[in-house]
Amino acid sequence: MSNELAGVERFEDPGLPEHKHRKADHDAIAANKAERQVAILFLLSAVGTVGTIASYIFIDTKKFIYLPILGNTNAAQLALGTGLAASLFFIGIAAVHWAKTLMPDEEVIAERHEFRSSDADRSEFVKTVKERSGAAGLGRRSLIKRSMGVALGLIGLSPLVLLRDLGPLPKNQLSTTDWSSGVRLMTDPGGRPIMPGDLEVGSVAQVLPELPAGTERTLENIGKDAVLLIRIRPEEFNLNAERLSWTYNGIIAFSKICSHMGCAVALYEQQTKHLLCPCHQSTFDVTRAAKVIFGPAARPLPQLAITVDADGYLVAKQGFTEPVGPSFWERNSA
Amino acid sequence: MKKSEQIAGNVAGYIDDRTGAAGWAKKNLTKVFPDHWSFMLGEIALYSFIILLLSGTFLTFWFDPSQQEVVYNGAYAPLSHVSMSASYASTLHISFDVRGGLLMRQIHHWAALIFMAAIVVHLLRVFFTGAFRKPREANWLIGIGLLTLGIVEGFLGYSLPDDLLSGTGIRIAEAIIQAIPVVGSYLSFFAFGGAFPGHAFIPRIYIVHVLLLPGIFLALITVHLMLVWYQKHTQYPGPGRKETNVVGYPLMPVYMAKAGGFFFIVFGVTAFLGAVASINPIWLYGPYTPGQISAGSQPDWYMGWLDGLVRMAPPLETHAFGHTISWNILIPGLIIPGILFTGMALYPFIESWISGDKQEHHLLDRPRNVPNRTALGAMSLSFMLIALANGGNDIIATHFHLTINGIMWFTRIGLFVVPPIVFIITKRICLSLQRADREIVLHGRETGRLVMTPEGEFLEVHEELTPEQKWTLTQHAQPAPLQLATEDAQGTRSKSAGIKGKLRSRMSAANAEQIAAPTAAQARELEGGHH
Repeated sequence: MSNELAGVERFEDPGLPEHKHRKADHDAIAANKAERQVAILFLLSAVGTVGTIASYIFIDTKKFIYLPILGNTNAAQLALGTGLAASLFFIGIAAVHWAKTLMPDEEVIAERHEFRSSDADRSEFVKTVKERSGAAGLGRRSLIKRSMGVALGLIGLSPLVLLRDLGPLPKNQLSTTDWSSGVRLMTDPGGRPIMPGDLEVGSVAQVLPELPAGTERTLENIGKDAVLLIRIRPEEFNLNAERLSWTYNGIIAFSKICSHMGCAVALYEQQTKHLLCPCHQSTFDVTRAAKVIFGPAARPLPQLAITVDADGYLVAKQGFTEPVGPSFWERNSA
Repeated sequence: MKKSEQIAGNVAGYIDDRTGAAGWAKKNLTKVFPDHWSFMLGEIALYSFIILLLSGTFLTFWFDPSQQEVVYNGAYAPLSHVSMSASYASTLHISFDVRGGLLMRQIHHWAALIFMAAIVVHLLRVFFTGAFRKPREANWLIGIGLLTLGIVEGFLGYSLPDDLLSGTGIRIAEAIIQAIPVVGSYLSFFAFGGAFPGHAFIPRIYIVHVLLLPGIFLALITVHLMLVWYQKHTQYPGPGRKETNVVGYPLMPVYMAKAGGFFFIVFGVTAFLGAVASINPIWLYGPYTPGQISAGSQPDWYMGWLDGLVRMAPPLETHAFGHTISWNILIPGLIIPGILFTGMALYPFIESWISGDKQEHHLLDRPRNVPNRTALGAMSLSFMLIALANGGNDIIATHFHLTINGIMWFTRIGLFVVPPIVFIITKRICLSLQRADREIVLHGRETGRLVMTPEGEFLEVHEELTPEQKWTLTQHAQPAPLQLATEDAQGTRSKSAGIKGKLRSRMSAANAEQIAAPTAAQARELEGGHH
């Protein structure tokens, strides 16, 4: 296919424009001036290096100074950084200025070579490959060809299998938490059991399950167990009978781990009684069992059934009835 | 001969005796590189990479990539006696106890942002000027590879300090892995060495961040540059610039001084940013715990579009046969990025298939002269910018007093509506610019000077363009659309009669839509007419 429409007469390429010389090319005074400028720039870089080393040694790292725009700034960090920046920057400027004022600025034309080899070379190449592979008998000995295919096809499996011990199998770990019937709700931070009276109407608290004595709480536990307690006026609930029985005196408990991607759902808006996840803005309505009212989350936050024990402390009535946190393939409930 | 010349000669002789490199070196020291500001974008990416290697190596001397719990007792008083992971504690140590440590951390992070920005802008330059065309398709693919790995490398890098913000980012990454059908839970447990967050993830991503990926980067960048070297740089069209030559400055000394100097300028600017512009102040966030979060959680900018897509996804999940599929994570987190990056990688081949153009190209396109490609690029860019805007919807909402819900709905709808409009408008603008070029070549530049003829007629003086300007505005080829035969010589329907062929014909026609460039004959005709 031709790129040119047949018979069209184009404008002519006038060729490279005539070169215009700079002042420094023919004026010795201008050239000397440019030389001095380059030298000054290189020296400024040297000053920057001296300044960097001096500030490393002499400026107290605890000293803060106030500067407009920057505000309160660590003096050592600032001096070190600006010194280093100057030492680098001025070398660059000096080199570029040198190139622009004193080095030849006449454009040069170089011809390109064609990438395509000659037809003779190309067919010679194909012939060579055919000959050589023929010499190995690849075409004739199909048994070797096929068995080699099997061997090479399988060789990648061993390194994959060797990666198996990267981690244990999930088993039911994604579906279970440390909450079960009678487990006390412990404040976090603090780790104290909590009574309904400790929580005023309109307030929120993060709680974790009380672990059996001698068990250390890990981040893996918190990642599944974190629960948010919210207290509103009981008449504000809009729940079915079962879910209402999971609350206690206006106190309702939800998993704090977002049902979307596992962030902590930490923003509670007291006026609207909405819970908002700061990661992707999924919004849950507390009065309707954390129903999703906005955002990408597809499921409500799992609700934890709570009640009080004989000592008057809040406890879980039962464990979570569904897995907490983000969805996964084996998850078996809507 | 001076003493220094003698020594240099001896050294060169020593090396050449053993390698025979003199001939090669002589040729390459005078290699010609064309000059244009937009050719410096890739250079910025390269230099940022070197800055990243240098500053990153410094950081490894003190950083402890471990999730073992320690109690902090360093110089930063507000976190004294707080339990945290060793990696967070050592990042605090670098920031407050190692002199120059905070500076290096900030230089490293700024260099990473600049690295990614330079890659993206360089990619846009290459796309809009058609530099990806034959014979440079391989370098386009390597570039896409570098961009993809750069996003991963950046994410791993800012995840290492194990602060509250980065831990939240890892949690989201874990949710994406977990959402993969069938194998998700297993992959997640393998990656994290058990349940999230575990103790294995940070040491593992550390070695990927400082060894595996930088090694791959180094290899890819080397091939990228060798190809540029071997194939010679493309150049913008202009007088004296042909497909068969390259016009510019020789490597030694001009290009060496300019490029070398530019490295120091980029490093200097990055160091200045590291000195005065605070970035990722991890001590304000506190150590990671899955039960807490800070408001306004934002990833680095090059991840923002991905986060924006995840935020705007509709709440879709399938529950069937005892299994769950999270479309709200899979579509924005894996499927759309997969389609986008595959499409981007394949674009040179798609364009060549549509246009039937199998020729070598060393002269760049002016974007207006390829309206379809330019419109496609602008359309994709608008898609990404809308996604990016939604990635910052919480910040936009608080700064501009808008509601998050409003922004979310605007971007949800805009993602589908805006890109096609951008395509149409951009294409029209390109064609209008072509018309303007034609006008100015044939009738000259309007000078705004009015003269009155002796007959009392008023005329505006038009200034004729120089031959150089005329050539630059008219040199481009204007290929006709593909003529696909629907029947072969025997009268039977050929392959191109099918849907694929029809599609190709239509796309080729749209692709070839142009305003005819003026010809010398037309200019002469006009000259004869008036003036």
